[in-house]
Amino acid sequence: MRILPGKDEKETEVLGIRLSPRLFELLAKLQEIELEDFEMEVGDLELWIQPGAPVLAPQKTAVAGVPRVKGKPTQIIETDFVPPIETYPGKVVEVKLGATKAEGGTRGKSIIIGGETTPAFYTFERPTPHPPAIAVDVFDMEVPLAKAVKMHVKDVIGDPAAWAKLAVEKFGADLVTIHLISIDPLQKDATPKEAVKTVEEVAQAVDVPLIIGGCGDPVKDAEVFEAVAETFAGERFLISSVTRDMDIERCANFIKKNGHVALAFTPMDLNLARELNRKLYDYLPKGDIIMDLTTAALGYGLDYAFTNMERARLAALMGDAELAHPMSSGTTNAWAAREAWMKMAPEWEPRELRGPMWEVVTALTLLLAGVDLFMMMHPAAVKTVKDVIRQLTGGGSGGTEKLVEWVSMKI
Amino acid sequence: MGFHENLKAGIFMGEKSKPGLKELSPIDVYKLLPKINCKECGFENCMAFAAKVVNREVAIEKCPPLLKKEYENAYKQLKELLKPAVKEVVVGVGDTAVKVGGKLVMYRHELTYTNPTAIAVDVTDEMADEVLERVRRVESLRYEHIGQTLKLNMIAVRSTSNDPERFKATVKKVTGATKLPLILCSLNPDVLAAGLMAAPNSRPLLYAATKDNWREMAELALMYKCPLTVSAPNNLKLLKSLVKTLLEYGVEDLVLDPGTFPDEGLADTINNFTMIRRSACKHGDELLGFPILGIPMTVWMNSAGAARELLVWKEAYHAAMLIVRYADLLIMHSLDGWALLPNMMLRLNIYTDPRKPVAVEPGLRVFGSPDGNSPVMLTTNFALTYYTVSSDIESAKLNAYLLVVDTEGIAVDSAVAGRKLTAEKVAEAIKTSGIESKVKHRKLIIPGKAARLSGEIEELSGWQVLVGPRDSSDIPKFLQEKWSPS
Repeated sequence: MRILPGKDEKETEVLGIRLSPRLFELLAKLQEIELEDFEMEVGDLELWIQPGAPVLAPQKTAVAGVPRVKGKPTQIIETDFVPPIETYPGKVVEVKLGATKAEGGTRGKSIIIGGETTPAFYTFERPTPHPPAIAVDVFDMEVPLAKAVKMHVKDVIGDPAAWAKLAVEKFGADLVTIHLISIDPLQKDATPKEAVKTVEEVAQAVDVPLIIGGCGDPVKDAEVFEAVAETFAGERFLISSVTRDMDIERCANFIKKNGHVALAFTPMDLNLARELNRKLYDYLPKGDIIMDLTTAALGYGLDYAFTNMERARLAALMGDAELAHPMSSGTTNAWAAREAWMKMAPEWEPRELRGPMWEVVTALTLLLAGVDLFMMMHPAAVKTVKDVIRQLTGGGSGGTEKLVEWVSMKI
Repeated sequence: MGFHENLKAGIFMGEKSKPGLKELSPIDVYKLLPKINCKECGFENCMAFAAKVVNREVAIEKCPPLLKKEYENAYKQLKELLKPAVKEVVVGVGDTAVKVGGKLVMYRHELTYTNPTAIAVDVTDEMADEVLERVRRVESLRYEHIGQTLKLNMIAVRSTSNDPERFKATVKKVTGATKLPLILCSLNPDVLAAGLMAAPNSRPLLYAATKDNWREMAELALMYKCPLTVSAPNNLKLLKSLVKTLLEYGVEDLVLDPGTFPDEGLADTINNFTMIRRSACKHGDELLGFPILGIPMTVWMNSAGAARELLVWKEAYHAAMLIVRYADLLIMHSLDGWALLPNMMLRLNIYTDPRKPVAVEPGLRVFGSPDGNSPVMLTTNFALTYYTVSSDIESAKLNAYLLVVDTEGIAVDSAVAGRKLTAEKVAEAIKTSGIESKVKHRKLIIPGKAARLSGEIEELSGWQVLVGPRDSSDIPKFLQEKWSPS
């Protein structure tokens, strides 16, 4: 089945750059085709799920040191394989975002994240309790955007409601983050009242759960968050974010009183993350806290972000309750890497594809560290990460030995 | 955070590990050393050397007495004690040989990952001139990133013709054009035998022994002293059985292919890779303690009609997930830089030493020969930020001062958000750096991403602030257009 009509094919080969705006469209089509052609093949399923199987004791096989039996084997020497399953004392708390009418809000549905009892996608051990969710960024004023991103949102910049609608209806966002950049005293210094109005417009335009983003000024953010929290009491918005230098007591109180959720942000340091969570525990139940441990871009500190998150999750499973919260990632930071947006030598072009791939690779790396909530930007990146989450939580296809035929396939 | 904290965290993780690896203390190593404190290794005493050995910062071969005949037994015991959970396998010969596997740990916070994932790109025996074009491209794709060269490592030659003569001719053509190590790919032993004849002493990796051809493949591996891939898609019991059989047969250098199932099979793929590595690192299963081969190019199977661009896209993100989840080797098809660069960068990130300091020394740096009218710029002491900025200043041959502020190793935007870069810190850095006696003007250029601090900095330091570009690659242009000391 052809996706592209023949006349476009040549353009794809030669002019990736011209076709790339359609990447998102192409991805959507490809998925449909795959589903049509998809065949379930069941094989070797007995390998997979053996609940209650005893954990394998360390095996020592006679590889080195012991003299080999004389003569070469003439048939396969069968040996056992037992999946290396472990149990953990800890569990990540579940956090619900968004509230429906029945739950006291106005959202079309709520989303639960967290609840893991096993490292990320060790589905041979235990299934993933809730698929990670994706929020798409919406800004309340013009901000510098990479060309590859801008071309997908240029018609809605300056109109947060339209942008949110595009994010949900076209990009497939599970949530929308409305970044209230304009409240920054160094920018437009918009009032809490104006910010509330913007949130109102977005909340009217889409019915997914919302994330309320601030400007980074600890005093102004608290002021605006409080006004938003009160106006939208009961909605279980995620307040992004509560930081160590804010008035924690005040923030926690208006979050709790009005039924929202706190995003506890710390700069890549697990001790600081624990400390902030401890402070919040004085006011908030654990199920009202999500952690942001800081996301650095691929090539620019992603390794630290990855290891920090992986360690946090493993520690949580081993019983460190102060880190047993779902993790959120500001994956949009991937665009801070110059290789994500810069024009480069021809062999690395087109940047319209390199950029979103930068965001995809940053997201998938952190997905495998245990991130539960992604804040993203490029529609093709959002689509791909959603596909991968579905595939990883889908239990596999029980694929067979036919796969080995890749070796002689003609491309 | 110190390494020992990492080590403790690893133990705290509670997962069982290969005996003698993570629980290894300097004492265990010390006991087997000569204990004569001769200092020939360059350390104060044998205990200090043992501590470095346990941290994998120095090889035991750096102890000259240990290599003498009288310590032969102790040396052997130390080798066994320090043996990695995943065997190290060498592909190729000479300078371009690539080591794969050799992993000591499962998680990178436990200890630095050894031997970055080798990336091979395929050619086939039915390609014509394209073979050499692709080989040339594999060799020429290079990218410089903070002092490191990112590049591809191997060529996988596939037989799509199933014709031994054709395969032989292609292997010959490839070995004539490159010294990069090869992976010879065919399930037909006659085809591989023909290929090996064209590259007899180059130690290629053979792909692959299966339940049907393992005896012939084992013979080839023994005859040509080559490492051999064992393939058993989605069947770890069979994979393990084949490994046991081949080891008994005398083939010792093996690579595991549990199958790279794309798309709907991704869960199988990730589960298999993870189970293999956990079995090896945490459960001491030596039969699974071999490097793992990932084959992202399986996305090209049954893809007729799909847009090429999309398959490249897919292959790239499958590769990324495998780099994170334990692949020691990858075979890829696409040669598109936009798809390969993110993966080469990811590999660099994942294989960075987690013990390496995140930060550089704060303070004043001098570039070129600045005078009293030269610009003063500011950045953070996050190593990556610093190296990026300094390389941009250097390559533009600018005469300038760079004030490196201590942000505890955090990048500009995160440092501003996390209050690690504040007006107070900047004012303090200006004062202690002595810059005020070096320049006549009082103008400070700050990163675009720190723009929000400009007012406060002016107030606290008395310097005038110019908000510079958001990316340091624009510094030369910025200075040309905006800089004037008066």
